[in-house]
Order: sequence, then C-alpha cells, then structure tokens
Amino acid sequence: MNRDVLKTPYLNAFESLQGRGNGGNPSWVREAQREAIGRFAKLGFPTTREEAWKYTNVTPIAETSFRLPSLQPQIELSNDQISPFLFGQQNWHRLVFLNGSFVPRLSRAPSGNGVKVCSLKAVFRSESRLIEPYLGQLIGRDADAFAALNTAFLEDGALVYLPEGAMIENPIHLIFISHAEAAGIVSHPRVLIVGAGNSKATVVESYVSRGGGHSFTNAVTEIALGEDAALHYYRLQQKNGNSFHIGTTQVEQNKGSHFLSFSISFGAKISRHNLNVNLAAEGSECTLNGLYLTSGDQHIDNATFVHHPKPHGTSHQLYKGILTGQSTAVFSGRVLVRQDAQKTDAHQVNKNLLLSEQATVDTKPQLEILADDVKCTHGAAVGQLEEEALFYFETRGISREKARKLLAYGFANEVIGTVQLDPIRSALGRLVFERLGDFSCLPEALKHRDQEKDLSDGGL
Amino acid sequence: MLEVKNLHVSIEGKEILKGIHLKVRAGEVHAIMGPNGSGKSTLTQVLAGNESYTVTQGDVFYQGKNLIEMSAEARAREGVFLAFQYPVEIAGVSNAYFLKAALNEIRAHQGLEELDAVDFLELLKEKMKLVKMDPSFLNRPVNEGFSGGEKKRNEILQMAILEPKLSILDETDSGLDIDALRIVAEGVNQLRNPERATVLVTHYQRLLNYIVPDYVHVLLGGRIVKSGTKALAFQLEEKGYDWVKEREPEAGEGVKTK
Repeated sequence: MNRDVLKTPYLNAFESLQGRGNGGNPSWVREAQREAIGRFAKLGFPTTREEAWKYTNVTPIAETSFRLPSLQPQIELSNDQISPFLFGQQNWHRLVFLNGSFVPRLSRAPSGNGVKVCSLKAVFRSESRLIEPYLGQLIGRDADAFAALNTAFLEDGALVYLPEGAMIENPIHLIFISHAEAAGIVSHPRVLIVGAGNSKATVVESYVSRGGGHSFTNAVTEIALGEDAALHYYRLQQKNGNSFHIGTTQVEQNKGSHFLSFSISFGAKISRHNLNVNLAAEGSECTLNGLYLTSGDQHIDNATFVHHPKPHGTSHQLYKGILTGQSTAVFSGRVLVRQDAQKTDAHQVNKNLLLSEQATVDTKPQLEILADDVKCTHGAAVGQLEEEALFYFETRGISREKARKLLAYGFANEVIGTVQLDPIRSALGRLVFERLGDFSCLPEALKHRDQEKDLSDGGL
Repeated sequence: MLEVKNLHVSIEGKEILKGIHLKVRAGEVHAIMGPNGSGKSTLTQVLAGNESYTVTQGDVFYQGKNLIEMSAEARAREGVFLAFQYPVEIAGVSNAYFLKAALNEIRAHQGLEELDAVDFLELLKEKMKLVKMDPSFLNRPVNEGFSGGEKKRNEILQMAILEPKLSILDETDSGLDIDALRIVAEGVNQLRNPERATVLVTHYQRLLNYIVPDYVHVLLGGRIVKSGTKALAFQLEEKGYDWVKEREPEAGEGVKTK
C-alpha cells in the first residue's frame, strides 16, 4: 500500500481549515502551521522501520478516518458530567476542553500578578507576543510527524504562564475530554507551560473519554522553566479502549530548575507518550516517573529522552508497567550526556511485571555518554510474580488470587508512592486495583487508608 | 492435633522424607532436630502446603482432617502457621496492611467480623510490644530491608496476631543474637496454652533453653530415628549427630537419590 495516501485526509483537512482562516490565529502562528503541515507532508506517518517507532505500529491510527471536531456540533457538558475526572477536587484550578475546544463554563482559573491560566485562543486575541518565544519554538523544527500535525491543526489549547517568582499553591488541572458517539473525531490539544525564574506550580493534564466512541487525540505540551523554577507535572492518559492517543511533552530547563513528571498511561487501544527533556543549563534537575497498565490487546509506548548538554545536571527515571492479556508495552529511554556535561548524575530504571503468558514488553535503555566524569546507571527488568511470594501469602490465609493482586499492587506501589499529590496517589491506587480485577477487600482498604495514614503512608 | 503417618515426600523426583511418623497433641511442644539436609525444612514446607513437594506415600491428619488435601490458604485459615526460615520480602505492601488482610481472612473463616482499623491498630500495638518491635516497621513493606533478626521477629509477630492452633517454626533461632533469641522465645512461650501446639525445627539445642519442649525428635536422612524428652537435646549437643548415626546405622548419611 502506498502510505502517501494516508496523509491525504490530513492535508485536505488543513486546506479547508486555511479556507476558514485558521480561526483567527495570529500571523506568526499561521506561518508555523504552514511550515508544520509541510513537515508532516514530508515525513508522513512513521513506520516500524524507523528505530524510534520500531515497536509501535501507528498504521491503524493512520488508516482510520477521523473528523475534525470543529465540523461537528458541540455537545453540552454539565458540572456533574465532568466530576469523575476531578480526583474529587472541586477546588483545583481547571481548564476544561471538549474535543479540543475550551469550555469556559466548566473552568475556573487563577489570575492576578501576571499569572495567566487561560485558553490559547484568548491569548492569541489579546497578547500573543507573550508566548511567541515559546509556542512552537520548544518543540522545534525537528518535531516528529505527530507533533507537526498538532501544530498544523493548532486552534486552541491551554496556557499556564507564571511570571518571575509566581507561586501557585493549588494544582492547575487541564482536562481534555474526547466525546465521540458515532463518528470518530480527532483533536490536537496543545499546552504551553511557561514557568519564569523562581516560579512554582503543579499542573495536572488529564486525557479522558466520555462515551465509548473512537477518537484520536494527538497532544503536544511545551514546557519552559526559568532559573530555579519548579514544576510538578502529572499526566494521566485514561481514554476509552476504542481510542488512540499520541502525545509529546517537550521540556526545556534553565539553570537550577526542577522538573518532576509523573506519566500515567492506562487507557486507549494504542498509546504513546514522548517525554523529551533538555537540561539546557547547569545544575538543572528532572525526575521522570511513570506507570502503565495494559490489558486485552492494548498497546502502550513510553519514550523518554533526557538531554544533558551542561555540567551538574541530574535526571532520575523510574517507569513501571503491569501487563495482562495479550497486551504489549514499550519503554525506550534515551539519555544523551554531552562532552561538556561533566558531573552529570543520570539514573534510569524500567521494571515490568507480566501477569499473563501472552503479554509482551520491549524495553530499550539507550545511554550515550560522551563526558568522562559522570554517574550514569540504567536497569531494565521483566518478570513474573514469584511462586515463593505467592506461597508466603497463602500460608497466611490469603488466597492465591488475592495474593496475585496484592503483589501486583505492591509492584506498582513503589512508583505510586512517589506521587506527592494525595488525591492523585489515592486515585492511582484505586485505578490499579480496578484494573487488576474485582478485589473484595479493596473498599475496606481504601476507606481506612486515611485513618491509618500515620502508619501506612505511601499506599497500602 | 497433628498426626503424620509414614510420610514420604519428594521434590523433582528426589525422595527427601522417607517415612515420617509424628504425633502432636494439643498443648505440646515438639522439637525436631537434625543436621543440614536431613529433611527438616521439607517437613515444615509440606505441612504448610507447599505444592512444589510431592507426597508420594503416607497421611497427615490435622484435627481429624486430611491435611494433604487442603490448600495452603485453607490450612492457614484452619489454624496452621509456618514461621519461615527465610521470610519472603514483599515490595510495596506494608506490614500493617498485610497483617490486617491475613487476620481478616482468618476471622472471616471463623465467622467473626472483620476488625476495623482502630481495633486492629490496638491489637497490633499490643503484639508488637511482645516482640519488642518498633512501630515504624508497620509502614515498611513486609520484610523488605529487614535484618535477619527483624524478619524472624516479624514472623513471630504474625504468629502472635493470627493466633494459630498449630505453629511450625522453621529454624527461627538461626542467625539470632541472644537478645533476639530471648524475644522470639518469649513470643512463643506467651502463646503456649493447652489448646495450641508447637513444632520447633532447629539445628541447635540453644533455643530449647528458652522454649522447653515436651518431646525431642531426631530427623536423619528423611526419617525420625530417635525420640525422647528434653534430655535427648542435651545428649545431642554434647555428643553430636554422629552419635545417633552410629547407634542408628540405617538412618544413612542424609538425603540419597532413589
């Protein structure tokens, strides 16, 4: 089959968007969009012959026809309908997007002192110059085909802008809801987070579905952190099983900045998250943790890339996966330490637990170290539950089935325990249990969790 | 309470136990002694229900029920407890949660209500004092990063909470300093009562200074070759296992492949 054909619907859709004037985007954005569609036309959808996509076949995504949401009538959502996505936190700041479009009615954002938490569209209208140095610049000209598509179809998205020294206590929750009843829809959510020097915030991104329809979400998040800025970034992908999700998070860190990421992938039929961090200046630090759960015939891919161009950078990665059914998962973690990046401290661990004979995982650490005075380690493990441990549970009266779930939960707990945001940590515990199957002692366990907190911090 | 009749056990085709006879009544403490490789640990694992071992011949009755036909979890719920020689480390599951899950399984089996968090903590704190365990161990994952002695104490803590009818202790004294040994022994002694029985498996006589057994058995080459009272343990300590071997030549030199 000629793969060029697969690009055609996207190229045509771009033409018709151009005809509509790109929804009033500023000229510099429109320029970037034309460039991006050109790039996509040149690259086309990646194939498994490319090293970076060797284990993830995106042909099913490319072959499915999707409609752009703006050509569909908007669906009304009520507060109640979004409450399942809120981690029980009504008081968090939030921006809600439905099929890519901002829904002001469901959103509540902080403001004042130069802080901007709003839709990109709003900034395009008023002060697009503020974000011109960042939007599209961080992802750069070497964006992959999906990121290029996202830019080409950029209509709306979220902006979190923190001026010098701004600190936002309350987490900012960006919720991207795909709602597709019948016809498949595609959306290209875009997020820009700028944390100027000494700023501090927590941003949570949720990619979720309403209804069982199939959809394709192609997300890009750009993050720029100034000197000594700190950002905690949680990313939850929990789409329905008929959907596709591709996302890239591109991070640029300045001197002494601190970036903590937690990437959670539970949903979608085919899913990939690229997390690229450039520790662009001395003494910057990132922690990249992740948890993925796959079941049925799901496929989840996590690709991280940490670039250490400067001295005294630190990166720590811990990704864990639990696989059941015939599902597949991929972890590829590239760490590049440049010659100048002396005293780099880079660690990477990926561990996988296979709960079925048919599940498979490909784990590919890739360390390129050009500096000589560095501390770099990596480890990858794929295992099954140990018979010895199961027997130990059984001798204490705990059934084999329950023992399997508890052991699997325990496996996940090592990384869940690193989540500092309580509502997310407990939601994660619940989600993991749900995915591991009906577990009768769970409600009891969770109900008592808070009371026992002084005793059992960090999970069960 | 426990009756083992002509028990033969093999693993991967290799016969380890070659006809064990043992009768333990409620209220009794039995010590099973023997050199390495005599089959002591195998006996404890088989009694606890480890399916890696195959019972090729013989019977085991526990409270009149055929123990061999019961799953490991069913045995535990009926009151059989094994304190492991090498307790397993369980990542990510806290000691407190593990204990509570186990206790509530056993209580449910006994038709009792689950203990709520408050009552459970109360019980836990009381029992932890018994084994002189720091409360910080409750939040730590089961046995993970515990020293050898801490692991053994944790086994005794589990025993104290689950209150089994038949406790089997596999080399619980090994690797313990004298203080830890005393604590462990105290834990065991506190549980002693006319309704419960204990089987202690040990290499050395030392533990028996603290837990005084009613009977001592010598396991050699997969058979119990000698039984007696506490005095037998002293004789063994003094004369070594060779003394028994000389007197019981048919006991052989240890495990042999059939």
